Amino acid sequence: MSDLNGQADATAKRRLAKRYAAERRFRLYGASAIAVALLSLVFLLGSTVLQAIPGFTHHVVTLDFDLDATKLDPAGTRDPAEIGRADFSRLVKVSLREEFPDVRDRRERRQLQRLVSTGAAYDLRDAVLADPSLIGSRLSLAVPMSDDADLLLKGEIDRDVPEGDRRVSDRQVAWLDQWVAAGRVERVFWTRFFTSGDSREPELAGIWGAMVGTFWTLLVTLLLSFPLGVSAAIYLEEFAPRNRATDFIEVNINNLAAVPSIVFGLLGLAVFLNFFGMPRSAPLVGGVVLALMTLPTVIIASRSAVQAVPPSIREAALGVGASPLQVVAHHVLPLAMPGIMTGTIIGMARALGETAPLLMIGMVAFIVDIPGGPTDPSAVLPVQVYLWADAPERAWVYKTSAAILVLLTFLIAMNLTAVLLRNRFERRW
Amino acid sequence: MVGLATLLLLVLTATAHWMGRRRSLLLADGPGAVLHSRPAYHGAYVAFWCAGPAIVVLLIAIWAEPRIVSALVEGGLPEAIRGLPTVEVHTFLANAAALASGSFVGPEPSDALRMAASDWARLEGVTRAVLISAVLAVGAAGLVWSRGQLSPELRARNAVERAVEGLLAASSVVAILVTVGIVLSLVFEAARFFALVPISEFLFDTHWSPQTAIRSDQVGSSGAFGAVPVFAGTLLITAVAMSIAVPVGLFSAIYLSEYASPMVRTWAKPLLEILAGIPTVVYGFFAALTVGPMIRGAGESVGLDVASESALAAGLIMGVMIIPFVSSLSDDVINAVPQSLREASLGLGATSSETIRSVVLPAALPGIAGAVLLAMSRAIGETMIVVMAAGMAAKLTINPLEAVTTVTVQITALLTGDQEFDSAKTLAAFALGLILFLVTLVLNVIAQVMVRRYREQYE
Repeated sequence: MSDLNGQADATAKRRLAKRYAAERRFRLYGASAIAVALLSLVFLLGSTVLQAIPGFTHHVVTLDFDLDATKLDPAGTRDPAEIGRADFSRLVKVSLREEFPDVRDRRERRQLQRLVSTGAAYDLRDAVLADPSLIGSRLSLAVPMSDDADLLLKGEIDRDVPEGDRRVSDRQVAWLDQWVAAGRVERVFWTRFFTSGDSREPELAGIWGAMVGTFWTLLVTLLLSFPLGVSAAIYLEEFAPRNRATDFIEVNINNLAAVPSIVFGLLGLAVFLNFFGMPRSAPLVGGVVLALMTLPTVIIASRSAVQAVPPSIREAALGVGASPLQVVAHHVLPLAMPGIMTGTIIGMARALGETAPLLMIGMVAFIVDIPGGPTDPSAVLPVQVYLWADAPERAWVYKTSAAILVLLTFLIAMNLTAVLLRNRFERRW
Repeated sequence: MVGLATLLLLVLTATAHWMGRRRSLLLADGPGAVLHSRPAYHGAYVAFWCAGPAIVVLLIAIWAEPRIVSALVEGGLPEAIRGLPTVEVHTFLANAAALASGSFVGPEPSDALRMAASDWARLEGVTRAVLISAVLAVGAAGLVWSRGQLSPELRARNAVERAVEGLLAASSVVAILVTVGIVLSLVFEAARFFALVPISEFLFDTHWSPQTAIRSDQVGSSGAFGAVPVFAGTLLITAVAMSIAVPVGLFSAIYLSEYASPMVRTWAKPLLEILAGIPTVVYGFFAALTVGPMIRGAGESVGLDVASESALAAGLIMGVMIIPFVSSLSDDVINAVPQSLREASLGLGATSSETIRSVVLPAALPGIAGAVLLAMSRAIGETMIVVMAAGMAAKLTINPLEAVTTVTVQITALLTGDQEFDSAKTLAAFALGLILFLVTLVLNVIAQVMVRRYREQYE
């Protein structure tokens, strides 16, 4: 009997051990699921940041330019329009030739010119226009290098691969090393990236145009979706009778929140561009489309904020003789405002990261100029990321990552604001 | 015109408010007068009567302006041009308008066109002035009339509140208008597409190559619009994404709600939510640039031929993006399972995992299924990841290592770049959009019904 008991005991123990092992395994699955998700986040953000860092700096080389008055300003008028028309890229070529006088071959000369960015001529022109008294003297100016030379100096182009497989020839490497040895090359924080519009050259391209475009687009989105969303939420929560019609509106809002964003782009294309004839690529149309897209988010968030205001407040206000609208305007809305703002900011952050609907309404054009208003053609930050991600040259990878980092910074700032607003002003009743 | 008119109207409305208020204050000072409404409501009353009709006129003016100018210019054209066919007259007028606004591109304009353009500019200025004056006149008339209405007995507050409530109700109708707009625009354009391509070919044919030539005499001018491979590609990528997102998301939710300490919960949950907040274009860049080549390299090292735009890379990253949708929705659902069920199971001697598997999960199943369906509709409608990381060519395959294309990729490809609006190529995008809208709508409705039923069960 005791023997049998012992056997049963042993089986039970074994079964218990198995069950505990299963328990531990199950727990491990859960923990590793979270680990997988968080690791992907770390991997994604980490690789973006690592690739973005080279995008924020650039190499410049200090060259001597002979600002010959007979070439720059033959008439001697010192008229900016006249000087601006001079051939400054010629001056850059001459300066490079003086730098390496032994380079005679035309092909080699072209290789030499390719070390310096085409933007060097613009910088030189700007320097001369800023101070016309320089004409006739020699000017020492730091000008941007080309993207390939820059990448080689940053170590992103491997010197050890065979010459035919890399975009910088041995001869160019030798010239670059000569400059570096002479202390003429400097790696600087590339402010141009933040101040200029798009360009075909990675070293000249910047995100300012896209940032201004984003500003106009989001301004239109905010001006439309905030008043509309808050009014709709107030109506549905405070005034609407409970009937079929309002039920239908609610179902509609919930479904709109889940419609794929690209469908809003199709709506914008068919209705705003083709039917109303609004301009393509304009922040105005983009803002309207994004407003329609964020409207459900704003309505849903505002409704729950309005709902959270306790009925006693309303009853107290009604009791002292306020009309229903006065109750809402003087009491419910101010108390619900932090929640509404939080929801709106989160909706705007979603609109800021959205790309697909904007592709439909033509906001994918190559635009150099900084948009001056909501009807000028422009790009927005995520579309700029999309456009650059498509470009073949390697330097664009770093520029794209840098632009992504800027975009993420804005998103984090907006979300933090939302969280702070909530923590600071939200009342628990 | 819109900017100037709006600005002037704003100024006029502000003046109206001020005048109404002032007048009511004067009335209140009168002999024995007690105002029914406070002065601010009298001001708002006048402002509404000023702005309301004026805005209606302004909208009409915006609509009418180009038509009036066009008609006037057409009336002043020389006989030789007016005698042309209607289409050519319209083109001529459009060119004149473009020349007048400085956006004209094309050959050197003829003298007649120059004349018409200067006519256009002049008449446009006159029309604008007239229309803006009309808007302001209507506003002023409303102001004067409603100011005359003001009296101590006037129920200004009631009138203003009725108007505001009307505005609130109107803005809640916008949501319906958007849905109607989406349905109408998709259905109309899709109907035009199905007039060109039979609907049976679109839904059941397996050959997709929509690159119709711009000119009809070009070689290969006929496109093929059998969308089956496009649908199959979408399903393949969605399947890959769900096979990542469902296990990871569900296990994360279980761990967070059943095992994790409050400390882990407060940190891990918002971190997971970050994944949902990252713009999809960033995921797309990551998938195309890092994950695609990585998978290709891994495949090559074991002797597999992997396309660089494989369905696996796009699906994998899409799965990561969807994890937070699955996990936060399932988290809510699991938390809604009554604690008494768990305690009953634990009290009978079950371990935590046994309780979860045989009590909590079965109880939460309808809600979890709803969450999965919502995540799936998100995956089907996702655009940027697949545009950047999936292929363009339609291929009917279930091998995730090959490149496939999806509905959203095709919509984007068909509608970006040069397009003429009436070709089957651009209309096909709307047909695809209609299918996409319907499928996601059905998934959402089913998911919402499931989640609601489930909630009611325990309330």
